Amino acid sequence: MLTNLTLILPELILFLGAMGLLMIGAFSNKDVTRAVDLGAVAILALAAAAAGGFATDAPATAFGGAFIMDSFASLMKVLTFVATGIAIIMSQNFLKLEKLARFEYPVLLLLAAAGMGMMISANDLIALYMGIELQSLALYVVAAINRDSLRSTEAGLKYFVLGALSSGMLLYGASLIYGFSGSTNFAEIAAAFQPQDGQLPMAQVLGLVFLLAGLAFKISAVPFHMWTPDVYEGAPTSVTAFLASAPKLAGMAIFLRIMMTGFDDALVAWQQIIILLAVASMVLGAFAAIGQQNIKRLMAYSSIGHMGFALVGFAAASAAGVSSVILYMALYIVMTLGTFACILSMRRDSGPVENIDDLSGLSQTRPFMAFCLAVMMFSLAGIPPMAGFFGKLFVFRAAIDAGLYSLSIIGVLASVVGAYYYLRIVKIMYLDPPADEVNEPMPRELSILAGAMAAFTLLFFIYPSPLVELADIAGAVLMQGEGVAAARDVGTLTGTSTETLTETLTETLTGR
Amino acid sequence: MTDWPLLSTITFLPLLGALFILMVRGDEETIAGNSRAVALWTTVVTLLLTLFMISRFDGSSAEFQFVERASWLLPGIDYAMGVDGISVLFVLLTAALMPLCILASWHAIQTRVREYMLAFLVLETLMIGVFCAMDIVLFYLFFEGGLIPMFLIIGIWGGARRIYASFKFFLYTLIGSVLMLLAILYMYWQAGTTFIPDLQTHGFGAGVQTWLWLAFFASFAVKMPMWPVHTWLPDAHVEAPTAGSVILAGVLLKMGGYGFLRFSLPMFPIASDVFAPMVFAMSAIAIVYTSLVAFAQEDMKKLIAYSSVAHMGFVTMGIFAATTQGVQGAVFQMLSHGWISGALFLCVGVVYDRMHTREIAAYGGLANRMPIYATVFMLFTMANVGLPGTSGFVGEFLTILGAFQVSTWTAMFAASGVILSAIYALSLYRRVSFGQIEHEGLQQIADMDRREIFIIAPLVVATLLFGFWPMPILELTAPSIDALIAAYQEALAAHYGGGQ
Repeated sequence: MLTNLTLILPELILFLGAMGLLMIGAFSNKDVTRAVDLGAVAILALAAAAAGGFATDAPATAFGGAFIMDSFASLMKVLTFVATGIAIIMSQNFLKLEKLARFEYPVLLLLAAAGMGMMISANDLIALYMGIELQSLALYVVAAINRDSLRSTEAGLKYFVLGALSSGMLLYGASLIYGFSGSTNFAEIAAAFQPQDGQLPMAQVLGLVFLLAGLAFKISAVPFHMWTPDVYEGAPTSVTAFLASAPKLAGMAIFLRIMMTGFDDALVAWQQIIILLAVASMVLGAFAAIGQQNIKRLMAYSSIGHMGFALVGFAAASAAGVSSVILYMALYIVMTLGTFACILSMRRDSGPVENIDDLSGLSQTRPFMAFCLAVMMFSLAGIPPMAGFFGKLFVFRAAIDAGLYSLSIIGVLASVVGAYYYLRIVKIMYLDPPADEVNEPMPRELSILAGAMAAFTLLFFIYPSPLVELADIAGAVLMQGEGVAAARDVGTLTGTSTETLTETLTETLTGR
Repeated sequence: MTDWPLLSTITFLPLLGALFILMVRGDEETIAGNSRAVALWTTVVTLLLTLFMISRFDGSSAEFQFVERASWLLPGIDYAMGVDGISVLFVLLTAALMPLCILASWHAIQTRVREYMLAFLVLETLMIGVFCAMDIVLFYLFFEGGLIPMFLIIGIWGGARRIYASFKFFLYTLIGSVLMLLAILYMYWQAGTTFIPDLQTHGFGAGVQTWLWLAFFASFAVKMPMWPVHTWLPDAHVEAPTAGSVILAGVLLKMGGYGFLRFSLPMFPIASDVFAPMVFAMSAIAIVYTSLVAFAQEDMKKLIAYSSVAHMGFVTMGIFAATTQGVQGAVFQMLSHGWISGALFLCVGVVYDRMHTREIAAYGGLANRMPIYATVFMLFTMANVGLPGTSGFVGEFLTILGAFQVSTWTAMFAASGVILSAIYALSLYRRVSFGQIEHEGLQQIADMDRREIFIIAPLVVATLLFGFWPMPILELTAPSIDALIAAYQEALAAHYGGGQ
């Protein structure tokens, strides 16, 4: 029992912290929003540290195999919790000015983070569903937190209805899978889902497809992306910043885990679906973003496109592929949060502005903000030497190694189309004359965060090894299961064995 | 040999200068003045260091020199820098053109001077990096990274249609390059390394070579630019500020030819051989067609831009002739075109700064008021035509000679291109310089001032010096080119010998 509790320590911290903060908020007579905010950030930092403690441990399961903690989960949780913490810090000023500052907001984000932790560590369909629902319910509420605004409530409702639909599909798929395998545990499902003569029985494929659809909705891959632009646009910007970062990472993590451990031998059945999702997401993300005027909507299509690129590495279904997805998502989170730090600072006397044209001439009125945003845009476009380039480099490398040439070619061409709309933002900031009204200065915490993210993005190329190695270990650990690893020629990113990698990491972590 | 990483110093020194510029504080006037000074000094010191490096360079060796290697991204993808007889000259060309560009922008750029100088210094780092990189991923990093500052230079300080031009420049070049990236990844998968000398000896299969060659070709042909993907160049040139045009024509276009020499020819010899007729055809079309197009231009910069495309046709022809003369001529032509076209754009810049128009019809009779200018412009017009005694002649002659051994028809078309270039270049010169001054505005136009003469003088010297005495360049490149051709012929012999 004690091991069980040790393994879920990060989630325990989050749950207990969230409950504690809720009590403080509910029973305090004074306005404690700021204190709760800070408390939530501290709790997230604590949880991230607790999750990071498992970085080099051998995989261990709890609660009868329903919950798993390994290097992969550890890395993904650290990233998720840190991203959530940054999202809370970034939202403070915005919410205060919009008169939305409520202590429930950080508490809901903490609960969502706990749900995401649960998702990342799920090793069982029930645990998976529980994590997803906990996260989603918190997100539905925060999307609609501006309850007096028609757009925000509409966004929340839309998100809820479509989210419920996708959860329904996921559940239906899960029930079919349970029916055919007799278990909800990933390892046992893997044993049941064995292709005969290179084919999976039709009914099993059906269950798998429903499950895939539900998960694709969570990461907003085309054709399950419809909610994304509306929700991103309607939700308060600080919520959008959060929606675009941590939940995408957690969704991708559980997607990777279930496919690589639960359905590793059923690759024939799902690889082409992932390829299709990747192509559709990249292409739609690239083309649909061109016409957007609202920067939040544009970021929605941008994130759809980026999920497509991450799925390219996914489709490779190798350890290098998984590692590349992890790296891609980590870099994507940095870029997204950096971009939203700038978007949250788009503000005139009259209030927040969201049109791309409001950025015109920003390089002359707010050079620092323009510089940060430009770095993010070039990085999202995948232009070297920005970090985003390395993300693309690694996913396409995995795809090429796996022989997915057509997918790679479509992918890089889509990235050129995508470069157009990112460039358009740079053009508006640097090439156009300044707008009449000057943007207000960036709040301090946002400028620090944006500057840090820009510095990371810009300088990542100098010393990329630590993050690459971390992603490599996580990917290798996930693929260690007998199925995929044994069946396919598995190469990690750096080509070193997992043991050596773990040793190096342990040395790095403990040595200094 | 000392252990001091000389190449990295040269490469990243401009970036250090850029950091200094970032730290400049004060009112607008002070910032502008200090930025100019810092940029000029940084580029001059970079040039001096480059000259120092060349003085230590062993010209009799075909090996890479000043090699630095450190582990970087993945095993096999290292930070590797080094120069051989070919690339060392391009580093020098870049380092030498940069101070001139800064000087040329001294008065011409009055808005956002700090950003302008920043962009140029960053661009210098990236351009030198391209020629020094010994790892193909590192090469790609520098190669693509150059798009960002150039996009901003054209887009912010360019002419009326600058936004269109900058987007076209960026997206055109990007779409070619991303396919090359996939090819690089494939090569990494096959060879397990991206170290250029290792890849050159790896020997890819003949079928694979075709695809890889095409992917690289997509990138370099756009960069070069070759007909029919040259259309971005006139737009970019016309809209870019003078110094931007100089860098574009002087250095950025050379990356394409350099890429062919460094990657296509040695890594994919069989595919290069197979596709050579196609390249010849495209080169011949480029030479003849763009010369004709150049003749029809009304805009001075556009005319020179089209003539650049024609001259690059000689380069591609020489490279894929794959004979010693051809390749030597191609390298020489690239270098000489670097300073000749740079000088021509500077000449246009001189009158543009005074009259603010590039239309040929707006000028005429400049020789009456601007004798020095007319002389200099005359010299470079002749060099552009390829008059013996100027460096333009050596390159054209050698490439035609090289191509003649392989394809008589191509050489014939190319030779006719020389005549066509005389037609458009001389007519440009006549319309601008001769006749009576008819336009009101030209009555008071002043001749070149001391700064302008100072900028153009080194280019005059280079044009004449290497026109009469090309040996230093030819000797420096000879060992590397001989080794390249020898390996190329060997690979072909092994392939075709085995097949028969």
